[in-house]
Amino acid sequence: MKKGLVAFALLLALALLPFAASNMVVFATMVMAKGLAVLGILVLLRADQVSFGHAMFFAAGAYTAAFLTAAWRDIDLILLLVATLAVTGIAGLLIGVFVTRYRGIFFGMINLAFSMVLYSILEKAFHITGGSDGLRIRRPTLLGFEFSRSEFDLVMFYVVLAVAAACCVLVGRYLLSPLGQALRAVKTNETRVEYLGLSAKSVLLTGYVISAMLCGLGGVLMGLVQGLASPEHAFWSRSAELVFIAVLGGQGHIAGAFAGTLVFEWVRTSAAALLDDSWQLILGVTLIAIILWAPGGLIQLWHRLAGRRTSSDRTGSESGVAE
Amino acid sequence: MSGHDQGQPLLQAEGLKLRFGGIIAADGINLSLFPGEHLAIIGPNGAGKTTFLNICTGYLKPNAGRVSVGGQEITGRPPRRITRMGVARAFQIPQLFTEQTVLENMLLAGSIRERRWNLLRRLDGIPGRAEMEHLLDLVGCADVRNRLASELPEGKRKLVDIALALALKPKVLLMDEPTSGVASADKFGVMETLMNALREAHVSSVFVEHDMEMVKLYATRVAVWAQGIIQMTGEPEVVLNDPDVIRNVIGN
Repeated sequence: MKKGLVAFALLLALALLPFAASNMVVFATMVMAKGLAVLGILVLLRADQVSFGHAMFFAAGAYTAAFLTAAWRDIDLILLLVATLAVTGIAGLLIGVFVTRYRGIFFGMINLAFSMVLYSILEKAFHITGGSDGLRIRRPTLLGFEFSRSEFDLVMFYVVLAVAAACCVLVGRYLLSPLGQALRAVKTNETRVEYLGLSAKSVLLTGYVISAMLCGLGGVLMGLVQGLASPEHAFWSRSAELVFIAVLGGQGHIAGAFAGTLVFEWVRTSAAALLDDSWQLILGVTLIAIILWAPGGLIQLWHRLAGRRTSSDRTGSESGVAE
Repeated sequence: MSGHDQGQPLLQAEGLKLRFGGIIAADGINLSLFPGEHLAIIGPNGAGKTTFLNICTGYLKPNAGRVSVGGQEITGRPPRRITRMGVARAFQIPQLFTEQTVLENMLLAGSIRERRWNLLRRLDGIPGRAEMEHLLDLVGCADVRNRLASELPEGKRKLVDIALALALKPKVLLMDEPTSGVASADKFGVMETLMNALREAHVSSVFVEHDMEMVKLYATRVAVWAQGIIQMTGEPEVVLNDPDVIRNVIGN
Protein backbone atom coordinates (compact mmCIF):
# COMPACT_ATOMS: atom_id res chain seq x y z
CA MET A 1 0.00 0.00 0.00
CA LYS A 2 2.75 2.38 1.08
CA LYS A 3 4.80 1.24 -1.88
CA GLY A 4 1.98 1.99 -4.27
CA LEU A 5 1.65 5.45 -2.80
CA VAL A 6 5.35 6.18 -3.28
CA ALA A 7 5.17 4.95 -6.86
CA PHE A 8 2.12 7.10 -7.54
CA ALA A 9 3.77 10.18 -6.04
CA LEU A 10 6.85 9.57 -8.17
CA LEU A 11 4.72 9.19 -11.29
CA LEU A 12 2.88 12.41 -10.51
CA ALA A 13 6.12 14.30 -9.90
CA LEU A 14 7.50 13.05 -13.22
CA ALA A 15 4.30 14.01 -15.02
CA LEU A 16 4.78 17.57 -13.76
CA LEU A 17 8.42 17.73 -14.86
CA PRO A 18 7.73 19.50 -18.19
CA PHE A 19 6.13 22.40 -16.25
CA ALA A 20 8.99 22.63 -13.76
CA ALA A 21 11.98 22.06 -15.99
CA SER A 22 11.10 21.99 -19.66
CA ASN A 23 14.77 21.81 -20.68
CA MET A 24 15.00 18.40 -18.99
CA VAL A 25 12.19 16.80 -20.98
CA VAL A 26 14.22 15.18 -23.76
CA PHE A 27 16.88 14.01 -21.34
CA ALA A 28 14.27 12.42 -19.07
CA THR A 29 12.57 10.79 -22.06
CA MET A 30 15.81 9.19 -23.18
CA VAL A 31 16.63 8.02 -19.66
CA MET A 32 13.27 6.30 -19.37
CA ALA A 33 13.53 4.73 -22.83
CA LYS A 34 16.96 3.35 -22.11
CA GLY A 35 15.83 2.31 -18.65
CA LEU A 36 13.28 0.02 -20.30
CA ALA A 37 16.08 -1.82 -22.07
CA VAL A 38 18.02 -2.06 -18.81
CA LEU A 39 14.90 -3.51 -17.22
CA GLY A 40 15.13 -6.27 -19.82
CA ILE A 41 18.70 -7.02 -18.72
CA LEU A 42 17.50 -7.06 -15.12
CA VAL A 43 14.98 -9.81 -15.87
CA LEU A 44 17.74 -12.13 -17.10
CA LEU A 45 19.98 -11.17 -14.18
CA ARG A 46 17.34 -12.76 -11.94
CA ALA A 47 18.44 -16.08 -13.37
CA ASP A 48 22.07 -14.96 -13.10
CA GLN A 49 22.41 -14.76 -16.87
CA VAL A 50 24.14 -11.82 -18.52
CA SER A 51 23.56 -11.13 -22.19
CA PHE A 52 26.21 -9.14 -24.02
CA GLY A 53 24.05 -8.86 -27.10
CA HIS A 54 20.74 -7.34 -26.09
CA ALA A 55 21.42 -4.17 -28.03
CA MET A 56 20.32 -6.23 -31.05
CA PHE A 57 16.74 -6.06 -29.80
CA PHE A 58 17.17 -2.36 -29.06
CA ALA A 59 18.26 -1.86 -32.68
CA ALA A 60 15.46 -4.11 -33.91
CA GLY A 61 12.99 -1.77 -32.22
CA ALA A 62 14.51 1.34 -33.79
CA TYR A 63 14.68 -0.20 -37.28
CA THR A 64 11.11 -1.43 -37.02
CA ALA A 65 10.07 2.19 -36.57
CA ALA A 66 12.34 3.32 -39.41
CA PHE A 67 10.97 0.79 -41.91
CA LEU A 68 7.33 1.27 -40.96
CA THR A 69 7.39 5.07 -40.93
CA ALA A 70 9.12 5.00 -44.32
CA ALA A 71 6.50 2.67 -45.77
CA TRP A 72 3.41 4.36 -44.29
CA ARG A 73 3.56 8.10 -43.81
CA ASP A 74 0.78 8.53 -41.31
CA ILE A 75 1.36 5.45 -39.26
CA ASP A 76 0.29 5.71 -35.65
CA LEU A 77 2.74 5.54 -32.77
CA ILE A 78 0.64 2.90 -31.02
CA LEU A 79 0.95 0.69 -34.09
CA LEU A 80 4.71 1.14 -34.04
CA LEU A 81 4.84 -0.03 -30.45
CA VAL A 82 2.67 -3.06 -31.18
CA ALA A 83 4.74 -3.93 -34.26
CA THR A 84 7.95 -3.64 -32.24
CA LEU A 85 6.60 -5.94 -29.57
CA ALA A 86 5.71 -8.48 -32.25
CA VAL A 87 9.04 -8.22 -34.07
CA THR A 88 11.24 -8.37 -30.96
CA GLY A 89 9.01 -10.99 -29.36
CA ILE A 90 9.41 -13.29 -32.36
CA ALA A 91 13.12 -12.49 -32.71
CA GLY A 92 13.56 -13.13 -28.99
CA LEU A 93 11.79 -16.46 -29.31
CA LEU A 94 13.85 -17.62 -32.31
CA ILE A 95 17.19 -16.54 -30.88
CA GLY A 96 16.12 -17.53 -27.38
CA VAL A 97 15.39 -21.13 -28.35
CA PHE A 98 19.02 -21.37 -29.31
CA VAL A 99 20.81 -19.32 -26.64
CA THR A 100 18.86 -20.56 -23.60
CA ARG A 101 20.63 -23.89 -23.98
CA TYR A 102 23.71 -22.16 -22.62
CA ARG A 103 24.58 -20.64 -19.27
CA GLY A 104 27.05 -18.15 -17.93
CA ILE A 105 29.88 -17.02 -20.16
CA PHE A 106 28.60 -19.06 -23.12
CA PHE A 107 25.17 -17.48 -22.85
CA GLY A 108 26.75 -14.04 -22.82
CA MET A 109 29.05 -14.69 -25.74
CA ILE A 110 26.48 -16.35 -28.00
CA ASN A 111 24.22 -13.36 -27.52
CA LEU A 112 27.16 -11.16 -28.42
CA ALA A 113 27.73 -13.19 -31.58
CA PHE A 114 24.10 -12.83 -32.65
CA SER A 115 24.17 -9.09 -32.06
CA MET A 116 27.34 -8.66 -34.10
CA VAL A 117 25.79 -10.59 -36.96
CA LEU A 118 22.89 -8.14 -36.88
CA TYR A 119 25.30 -5.20 -36.66
CA SER A 120 27.18 -6.39 -39.75
CA ILE A 121 23.98 -6.89 -41.71
CA LEU A 122 22.73 -3.43 -40.78
CA GLU A 123 26.02 -1.89 -41.83
CA LYS A 124 26.58 -3.89 -45.03
CA ALA A 125 23.10 -4.12 -46.51
CA PHE A 126 23.33 -0.48 -47.54
CA HIS A 127 20.41 -0.35 -49.97
CA ILE A 128 17.98 -1.68 -47.35
CA THR A 129 19.33 -0.38 -44.06
CA GLY A 130 21.11 2.79 -45.12
CA GLY A 131 24.47 1.35 -44.05
CA SER A 132 26.45 3.08 -41.37
CA ASP A 133 24.39 6.24 -41.75
CA GLY A 134 21.33 4.38 -40.61
CA LEU A 135 17.76 5.33 -41.41
CA ARG A 136 15.69 8.36 -40.54
CA ILE A 137 12.60 7.78 -38.48
CA ARG A 138 9.72 10.03 -39.44
CA ARG A 139 7.47 11.46 -36.78
CA PRO A 140 4.41 9.25 -36.50
CA THR A 141 0.95 10.45 -35.57
CA LEU A 142 -0.59 9.64 -32.22
CA LEU A 143 -4.27 8.67 -32.26
CA GLY A 144 -4.58 10.49 -35.55
CA PHE A 145 -3.02 13.77 -34.41
CA GLU A 146 0.05 15.23 -36.07
CA PHE A 147 2.63 17.13 -34.05
CA SER A 148 5.36 19.65 -34.72
CA ARG A 149 8.94 18.93 -33.62
CA SER A 150 8.64 20.66 -30.24
CA GLU A 151 5.16 19.30 -29.54
CA PHE A 152 6.38 15.84 -30.41
CA ASP A 153 9.12 15.97 -27.75
CA LEU A 154 6.49 16.60 -25.13
CA VAL A 155 4.21 13.90 -26.53
CA MET A 156 7.09 11.42 -26.49
CA PHE A 157 7.84 12.29 -22.89
CA TYR A 158 4.35 11.32 -21.81
CA VAL A 159 4.22 8.27 -24.06
CA VAL A 160 7.52 6.97 -22.69
CA LEU A 161 6.44 7.76 -19.14
CA ALA A 162 3.23 5.80 -19.65
CA VAL A 163 4.98 2.86 -21.31
CA ALA A 164 7.68 2.78 -18.60
CA ALA A 165 5.08 2.90 -15.82
CA ALA A 166 3.05 0.12 -17.43
CA CYS A 167 6.17 -2.01 -17.93
CA CYS A 168 7.23 -1.51 -14.31
CA VAL A 169 3.87 -2.78 -13.10
CA LEU A 170 3.76 -5.70 -15.52
CA VAL A 171 7.38 -6.77 -15.02
CA GLY A 172 6.91 -6.44 -11.27
CA ARG A 173 3.93 -8.78 -11.48
CA TYR A 174 5.82 -11.20 -13.70
CA LEU A 175 8.80 -11.37 -11.34
CA LEU A 176 6.48 -12.29 -8.46
CA SER A 177 4.55 -14.85 -10.52
CA PRO A 178 5.51 -18.54 -10.49
CA LEU A 179 7.52 -18.29 -13.71
CA GLY A 180 9.25 -15.12 -12.53
CA GLN A 181 10.14 -16.73 -9.23
CA ALA A 182 11.33 -19.75 -11.17
CA LEU A 183 14.04 -17.53 -12.70
CA ARG A 184 15.64 -17.33 -9.27
CA ALA A 185 15.14 -21.05 -8.83
CA VAL A 186 17.04 -21.64 -12.07
CA LYS A 187 19.81 -19.47 -10.67
CA THR A 188 20.20 -21.40 -7.42
CA ASN A 189 19.28 -24.97 -8.34
CA GLU A 190 18.55 -25.98 -11.89
CA THR A 191 18.66 -29.67 -10.94
CA ARG A 192 15.75 -29.24 -8.55
CA VAL A 193 13.77 -27.29 -11.13
CA GLU A 194 14.02 -30.25 -13.51
CA TYR A 195 13.24 -32.67 -10.69
CA LEU A 196 10.03 -30.81 -9.97
CA GLY A 197 8.99 -31.46 -13.55
CA LEU A 198 9.73 -28.06 -15.06
CA SER A 199 12.08 -27.31 -17.91
CA ALA A 200 14.66 -24.76 -16.80
CA LYS A 201 15.12 -23.87 -20.44
CA SER A 202 11.53 -22.79 -20.89
CA VAL A 203 11.71 -20.69 -17.72
CA LEU A 204 14.71 -18.92 -19.16
CA LEU A 205 13.13 -18.66 -22.60
CA THR A 206 10.08 -16.89 -21.18
CA GLY A 207 12.37 -14.43 -19.43
CA TYR A 208 14.41 -14.03 -22.59
CA VAL A 209 11.41 -13.16 -24.76
CA ILE A 210 10.18 -10.65 -22.18
CA SER A 211 13.62 -9.06 -21.92
CA ALA A 212 13.88 -8.89 -25.73
CA MET A 213 10.54 -7.09 -25.92
CA LEU A 214 11.59 -4.62 -23.22
CA CYS A 215 14.79 -3.85 -25.12
CA GLY A 216 12.73 -3.51 -28.29
CA LEU A 217 10.40 -1.01 -26.63
CA GLY A 218 13.41 0.94 -25.35
CA GLY A 219 14.85 0.95 -28.86
CA VAL A 220 11.74 2.07 -30.70
CA LEU A 221 11.09 4.86 -28.21
CA MET A 222 14.71 6.02 -28.27
CA GLY A 223 14.67 5.88 -32.06
CA LEU A 224 11.53 8.02 -32.19
CA VAL A 225 13.06 10.60 -29.86
CA GLN A 226 16.30 10.78 -31.83
CA GLY A 227 14.61 10.37 -35.20
CA LEU A 228 17.26 7.87 -36.20
CA ALA A 229 17.94 4.14 -36.36
CA SER A 230 21.64 3.44 -36.65
CA PRO A 231 23.74 0.26 -36.72
CA GLU A 232 25.53 1.68 -33.70
CA HIS A 233 22.40 0.77 -31.76
CA ALA A 234 23.31 -2.91 -32.21
CA PHE A 235 27.04 -2.54 -31.57
CA TRP A 236 28.44 -4.70 -28.76
CA SER A 237 29.49 -1.72 -26.65
CA ARG A 238 25.82 -0.71 -26.44
CA SER A 239 24.99 -4.15 -25.06
CA ALA A 240 27.80 -3.85 -22.55
CA GLU A 241 26.50 -0.42 -21.58
CA LEU A 242 23.11 -1.90 -20.75
CA VAL A 243 24.75 -4.53 -18.54
CA PHE A 244 26.94 -1.84 -16.97
CA ILE A 245 23.88 0.22 -16.07
CA ALA A 246 22.03 -2.82 -14.72
CA VAL A 247 24.92 -3.58 -12.37
CA LEU A 248 25.23 0.08 -11.42
CA GLY A 249 21.54 0.34 -10.65
CA GLY A 250 21.32 -2.97 -8.84
CA GLN A 251 19.10 -5.96 -9.44
CA GLY A 252 17.20 -5.87 -6.17
CA HIS A 253 14.40 -3.69 -7.47
CA ILE A 254 12.85 -2.60 -10.75
CA ALA A 255 13.66 1.02 -9.89
CA GLY A 256 17.34 0.08 -10.15
CA ALA A 257 17.07 0.00 -13.94
CA PHE A 258 15.90 3.60 -14.13
CA ALA A 259 18.02 4.94 -11.27
CA GLY A 260 21.08 3.37 -12.89
CA THR A 261 20.27 4.90 -16.26
CA LEU A 262 19.67 8.30 -14.72
CA VAL A 263 23.02 8.31 -12.93
CA PHE A 264 24.81 6.90 -15.96
CA GLU A 265 23.46 9.49 -18.36
CA TRP A 266 23.85 12.30 -15.86
CA VAL A 267 27.51 11.46 -15.26
CA ARG A 268 28.07 11.15 -18.97
CA THR A 269 26.62 14.55 -19.82
CA SER A 270 27.98 16.50 -16.88
CA ALA A 271 31.43 14.91 -17.00
CA ALA A 272 31.72 15.76 -20.66
CA ALA A 273 30.95 19.38 -19.87
CA LEU A 274 33.49 19.40 -17.05
CA LEU A 275 36.39 17.66 -18.69
CA ASP A 276 36.75 16.36 -22.24
CA ASP A 277 36.52 12.59 -22.64
CA SER A 278 36.54 12.01 -18.93
CA TRP A 279 33.16 10.36 -18.59
CA GLN A 280 34.40 6.82 -19.19
CA LEU A 281 36.99 7.34 -16.46
CA ILE A 282 34.46 8.66 -13.99
CA LEU A 283 31.94 5.93 -14.76
CA GLY A 284 34.64 3.28 -14.57
CA VAL A 285 35.70 4.42 -11.13
CA THR A 286 32.04 4.62 -10.07
CA LEU A 287 31.43 1.04 -11.12
CA ILE A 288 34.55 -0.22 -9.34
CA ALA A 289 33.38 1.54 -6.19
CA ILE A 290 29.90 0.06 -6.55
CA ILE A 291 31.17 -3.46 -7.05
CA LEU A 292 33.52 -3.17 -4.08
CA TRP A 293 31.23 -1.50 -1.57
CA ALA A 294 27.69 -1.99 -2.76
CA PRO A 295 27.39 -5.02 -5.01
CA GLY A 296 23.63 -4.54 -4.87
CA GLY A 297 24.08 -1.28 -6.79
CA LEU A 298 22.24 1.98 -6.23
CA ILE A 299 19.32 0.04 -4.79
CA GLN A 300 21.52 -1.25 -2.00
CA LEU A 301 22.94 2.26 -1.40
CA TRP A 302 19.40 3.58 -1.20
CA HIS A 303 18.45 0.97 1.38
CA ARG A 304 21.52 1.93 3.40
CA LEU A 305 20.75 5.63 3.19
CA ALA A 306 17.08 5.16 3.98
CA GLY A 307 18.82 3.43 6.79
CA ARG A 308 17.99 1.66 9.95
CA ARG A 309 14.36 2.57 9.86
CA THR A 310 13.56 0.49 6.78
CA SER A 311 15.62 -2.46 7.95
CA SER A 312 13.99 -2.54 11.37
CA ASP A 313 10.62 -2.04 9.70
CA ARG A 314 11.26 -5.07 7.60
CA THR A 315 12.26 -7.40 10.42
CA GLY A 316 9.25 -6.11 12.31
CA SER A 317 6.82 -6.95 9.54
CA GLU A 318 8.50 -10.30 8.99
CA SER A 319 7.99 -11.39 12.54
CA GLY A 320 4.44 -10.14 12.14
CA VAL A 321 3.96 -12.51 9.23
CA ALA A 322 5.44 -15.41 11.15
CA GLU A 323 2.91 -15.17 13.93
CA MET B 1 3.80 -58.72 2.32
CA SER B 2 6.37 -59.67 -0.28
CA GLY B 3 4.52 -57.89 -3.03
CA HIS B 4 5.41 -60.14 -5.94
CA ASP B 5 1.82 -61.10 -6.53
CA GLN B 6 0.45 -57.56 -6.66
CA GLY B 7 0.08 -57.21 -10.41
CA GLN B 8 1.89 -54.63 -12.44
CA PRO B 9 4.89 -52.96 -10.79
CA LEU B 10 4.89 -49.18 -10.39
CA LEU B 11 8.55 -49.01 -11.16
CA GLN B 12 10.55 -51.71 -12.83
CA ALA B 13 14.22 -52.02 -13.72
CA GLU B 14 15.33 -54.83 -16.00
CA GLY B 15 18.91 -55.83 -16.71
CA LEU B 16 20.40 -52.45 -15.85
CA LYS B 17 24.10 -52.18 -16.55
CA LEU B 18 26.29 -49.18 -16.00
CA ARG B 19 30.00 -48.78 -15.53
CA PHE B 20 32.12 -45.70 -14.92
CA GLY B 21 35.56 -46.50 -16.30
CA GLY B 22 36.72 -49.50 -14.31
CA ILE B 23 33.99 -49.26 -11.69
CA ILE B 24 30.92 -51.39 -12.19
CA ALA B 25 27.95 -49.68 -10.57
CA ALA B 26 25.28 -51.94 -12.01
CA ASP B 27 25.80 -55.29 -13.61
CA GLY B 28 22.39 -56.64 -14.48
CA ILE B 29 20.01 -55.15 -11.95
CA ASN B 30 16.44 -56.40 -11.86
CA LEU B 31 14.26 -54.69 -9.32
CA SER B 32 10.57 -53.89 -9.12
CA LEU B 33 8.46 -51.77 -6.84
CA PHE B 34 4.84 -52.73 -6.35
CA PRO B 35 2.00 -50.51 -5.12
CA GLY B 36 2.03 -50.03 -1.37
CA GLU B 37 5.60 -51.14 -0.94
CA HIS B 38 8.39 -49.32 0.85
CA LEU B 39 11.52 -50.87 -0.53
CA ALA B 40 14.81 -50.29 1.27
CA ILE B 41 18.05 -50.66 -0.62
CA ILE B 42 21.03 -51.46 1.58
CA GLY B 43 24.61 -52.23 0.74
CA PRO B 44 28.19 -51.10 1.21
CA ASN B 45 29.21 -47.56 0.34
CA GLY B 46 29.96 -47.00 -3.31
CA ALA B 47 27.96 -50.05 -4.37
CA GLY B 48 25.83 -48.06 -6.80
CA LYS B 49 22.69 -47.44 -4.79
CA THR B 50 22.51 -43.75 -5.61
CA THR B 51 23.38 -44.58 -9.21
CA PHE B 52 20.24 -46.68 -9.29
CA LEU B 53 18.14 -43.68 -8.26
CA ASN B 54 19.94 -41.60 -10.87
CA ILE B 55 19.11 -44.10 -13.60
CA CYS B 56 15.47 -44.47 -12.53
CA THR B 57 14.96 -40.71 -12.64
CA GLY B 58 16.71 -40.18 -15.94
CA TYR B 59 19.76 -38.38 -14.60
CA LEU B 60 22.04 -41.15 -15.89
CA LYS B 61 21.54 -43.35 -18.91
CA PRO B 62 22.38 -47.03 -18.41
CA ASN B 63 24.71 -48.85 -20.81
CA ALA B 64 22.09 -51.56 -21.08
CA GLY B 65 18.70 -52.45 -19.66
CA ARG B 66 15.44 -50.60 -19.31
CA VAL B 67 13.37 -48.82 -16.71
CA SER B 68 9.60 -48.55 -16.87
CA VAL B 69 6.99 -46.68 -14.88
CA GLY B 70 3.57 -48.27 -14.79
CA GLY B 71 4.50 -50.45 -17.76
CA GLN B 72 5.73 -47.56 -19.90
CA GLU B 73 9.41 -47.48 -20.78
CA ILE B 74 11.19 -44.34 -19.63
CA THR B 75 14.87 -45.23 -20.11
CA GLY B 76 16.81 -42.15 -21.13
CA ARG B 77 13.98 -39.67 -20.70
CA PRO B 78 14.94 -36.44 -18.94
CA PRO B 79 14.19 -36.10 -15.20
CA ARG B 80 11.37 -33.60 -15.68
CA ARG B 81 9.36 -35.97 -17.87
CA ILE B 82 9.85 -38.87 -15.48
CA THR B 83 8.90 -36.59 -12.59
CA ARG B 84 5.68 -35.68 -14.38
CA MET B 85 4.84 -39.38 -14.64
CA GLY B 86 4.64 -39.52 -10.87
CA VAL B 87 8.17 -40.41 -9.79
CA ALA B 88 9.50 -37.81 -7.36
CA ARG B 89 12.90 -37.74 -5.77
CA ALA B 90 14.40 -36.54 -2.51
CA PHE B 91 18.14 -36.09 -2.37
CA GLN B 92 20.89 -37.12 0.00
CA ILE B 93 22.16 -33.56 -0.10
CA PRO B 94 19.05 -31.35 -0.03
CA GLN B 95 18.39 -29.59 -3.32
CA LEU B 96 16.58 -26.36 -2.51
CA PHE B 97 16.19 -22.90 -3.98
CA THR B 98 18.49 -21.24 -1.50
CA GLU B 99 17.65 -17.61 -2.26
CA GLN B 100 13.95 -18.13 -1.64
CA THR B 101 11.97 -18.82 1.48
CA VAL B 102 10.87 -22.31 2.43
CA LEU B 103 7.28 -21.43 1.60
CA GLU B 104 8.28 -20.02 -1.80
CA ASN B 105 10.12 -23.26 -2.49
CA MET B 106 6.96 -25.20 -1.74
CA LEU B 107 4.68 -22.86 -3.68
CA LEU B 108 6.91 -23.24 -6.72
CA ALA B 109 6.60 -27.01 -6.48
CA GLY B 110 2.83 -26.61 -6.16
CA SER B 111 2.47 -24.33 -9.16
CA ILE B 112 4.69 -26.58 -11.26
CA ARG B 113 2.49 -29.55 -10.40
CA GLU B 114 -0.67 -27.66 -11.30
CA ARG B 115 1.03 -25.91 -14.22
CA ARG B 116 -0.02 -22.47 -13.09
CA TRP B 117 1.80 -20.12 -15.39
CA ASN B 118 -0.28 -16.95 -15.28
CA LEU B 119 2.44 -14.31 -15.59
CA LEU B 120 0.42 -11.72 -13.71
CA ARG B 121 -0.62 -13.83 -10.74
CA ARG B 122 1.53 -13.77 -7.64
CA LEU B 123 3.19 -17.00 -6.56
CA ASP B 124 2.10 -16.48 -2.96
CA GLY B 125 -1.51 -16.20 -4.03
CA ILE B 126 -1.86 -19.56 -5.77
CA PRO B 127 -4.80 -21.74 -4.70
CA GLY B 128 -2.56 -24.56 -3.50
CA ARG B 129 -1.07 -22.48 -0.71
CA ALA B 130 -3.00 -24.08 2.15
CA GLU B 131 -2.01 -27.53 0.96
CA MET B 132 1.66 -26.55 0.84
CA GLU B 133 1.52 -25.07 4.33
CA HIS B 134 -0.08 -28.29 5.50
CA LEU B 135 2.77 -30.32 4.01
CA LEU B 136 5.32 -28.13 5.78
CA ASP B 137 3.41 -28.69 8.97
CA LEU B 138 3.48 -32.42 8.33
CA VAL B 139 7.27 -32.55 8.11
CA GLY B 140 7.60 -30.21 11.07
CA CYS B 141 8.90 -27.22 9.16
CA ALA B 142 5.97 -24.82 9.50
CA ASP B 143 7.98 -22.70 11.94
CA VAL B 144 10.65 -21.92 9.35
CA ARG B 145 8.41 -21.30 6.36
CA ASN B 146 9.39 -17.63 6.05
CA ARG B 147 13.11 -18.24 6.42
CA LEU B 148 15.42 -18.43 3.44
CA ALA B 149 16.15 -22.03 2.52
CA SER B 150 19.89 -21.34 2.85
CA GLU B 151 19.49 -20.33 6.50
CA LEU B 152 18.03 -23.62 7.70
CA PRO B 153 19.99 -26.22 9.65
CA GLU B 154 20.83 -29.37 7.68
CA GLY B 155 18.10 -31.48 9.26
CA LYS B 156 15.35 -29.04 8.33
CA ARG B 157 16.69 -28.64 4.83
CA LYS B 158 16.49 -32.37 4.43
CA LEU B 159 12.85 -32.34 5.48
CA VAL B 160 11.97 -29.48 3.17
CA ASP B 161 13.63 -31.40 0.36
CA ILE B 162 11.31 -34.32 1.05
CA ALA B 163 8.32 -31.98 1.35
CA LEU B 164 9.15 -30.58 -2.10
CA ALA B 165 8.96 -34.07 -3.54
CA LEU B 166 5.70 -34.77 -1.70
CA ALA B 167 4.23 -31.53 -3.01
CA LEU B 168 4.17 -33.13 -6.44
CA LYS B 169 1.71 -35.78 -5.21
CA PRO B 170 3.85 -38.55 -6.68
CA LYS B 171 2.97 -42.23 -7.03
CA VAL B 172 6.52 -43.19 -6.18
CA LEU B 173 9.02 -41.38 -4.00
CA LEU B 174 12.70 -42.20 -4.31
CA MET B 175 14.70 -41.16 -1.26
CA ASP B 176 18.44 -41.20 -0.75
CA GLU B 177 19.14 -41.66 2.96
CA PRO B 178 16.06 -39.69 4.06
CA THR B 179 17.18 -39.12 7.63
CA SER B 180 20.92 -38.61 7.25
CA GLY B 181 21.71 -35.14 8.53
CA VAL B 182 18.68 -35.13 10.82
CA ALA B 183 19.72 -34.98 14.49
CA SER B 184 19.78 -38.55 15.80
CA ALA B 185 17.30 -37.79 18.57
CA ASP B 186 14.75 -36.75 15.94
CA LYS B 187 15.47 -39.43 13.37
CA PHE B 188 12.80 -41.91 14.29
CA GLY B 189 10.17 -39.28 14.91
CA VAL B 190 10.86 -37.79 11.50
CA MET B 191 10.81 -41.13 9.73
CA GLU B 192 7.61 -42.09 11.53
CA THR B 193 5.93 -38.88 10.39
CA LEU B 194 7.26 -39.30 6.91
CA MET B 195 6.11 -42.89 6.50
CA ASN B 196 2.69 -42.02 7.89
CA ALA B 197 2.44 -39.23 5.36
CA LEU B 198 3.39 -41.63 2.56
CA ARG B 199 0.84 -44.19 3.67
CA GLU B 200 -1.85 -41.58 4.00
CA ALA B 201 -1.19 -40.28 0.49
CA HIS B 202 -0.82 -43.80 -0.95
CA VAL B 203 2.73 -43.11 -2.09
CA SER B 204 5.03 -46.08 -2.52
CA SER B 205 8.71 -45.54 -1.91
CA VAL B 206 12.22 -46.71 -2.49
CA PHE B 207 14.79 -45.57 0.02
CA VAL B 208 18.51 -46.05 0.25
CA GLU B 209 19.37 -46.49 3.91
CA HIS B 210 22.36 -47.29 6.10
CA ASP B 211 20.56 -47.43 9.43
CA MET B 212 19.40 -51.03 9.85
CA GLU B 213 17.09 -50.10 12.70
CA MET B 214 15.25 -47.82 10.27
CA VAL B 215 15.09 -50.53 7.66
CA LYS B 216 13.70 -53.03 10.16
CA LEU B 217 10.98 -50.61 11.25
CA TYR B 218 9.84 -49.06 8.01
CA ALA B 219 10.72 -51.20 5.00
CA THR B 220 8.19 -53.67 3.67
CA ARG B 221 10.94 -55.27 1.59
CA VAL B 222 14.72 -55.05 1.47
CA ALA B 223 17.13 -55.36 -1.44
CA VAL B 224 20.82 -55.93 -0.82
CA TRP B 225 22.98 -54.24 -3.42
CA ALA B 226 26.63 -55.24 -3.66
CA GLN B 227 29.16 -55.57 -6.48
CA GLY B 228 26.66 -54.18 -8.93
CA ILE B 229 24.04 -56.85 -8.44
CA ILE B 230 21.09 -57.49 -6.14
CA GLN B 231 22.46 -60.12 -3.78
CA MET B 232 19.16 -60.79 -2.07
CA THR B 233 15.66 -59.40 -1.65
CA GLY B 234 13.01 -60.24 0.91
CA GLU B 235 11.27 -59.20 4.07
CA PRO B 236 13.37 -57.26 6.54
CA GLU B 237 13.41 -59.97 9.24
CA VAL B 238 14.70 -62.53 6.78
CA VAL B 239 17.26 -60.39 4.99
CA LEU B 240 18.68 -58.64 8.03
CA ASN B 241 19.22 -62.00 9.76
CA ASP B 242 20.93 -63.65 6.82
CA PRO B 243 24.50 -64.61 7.78
CA ASP B 244 26.00 -63.41 4.48
CA VAL B 245 24.24 -60.08 4.71
CA ILE B 246 25.32 -59.64 8.32
CA ARG B 247 28.94 -60.40 7.39
CA ASN B 248 29.15 -58.30 4.24
CA VAL B 249 26.79 -55.38 4.76
CA ILE B 250 25.78 -54.92 8.35
CA GLY B 251 28.81 -56.43 10.10
CA ASN B 252 31.13 -53.48 10.04
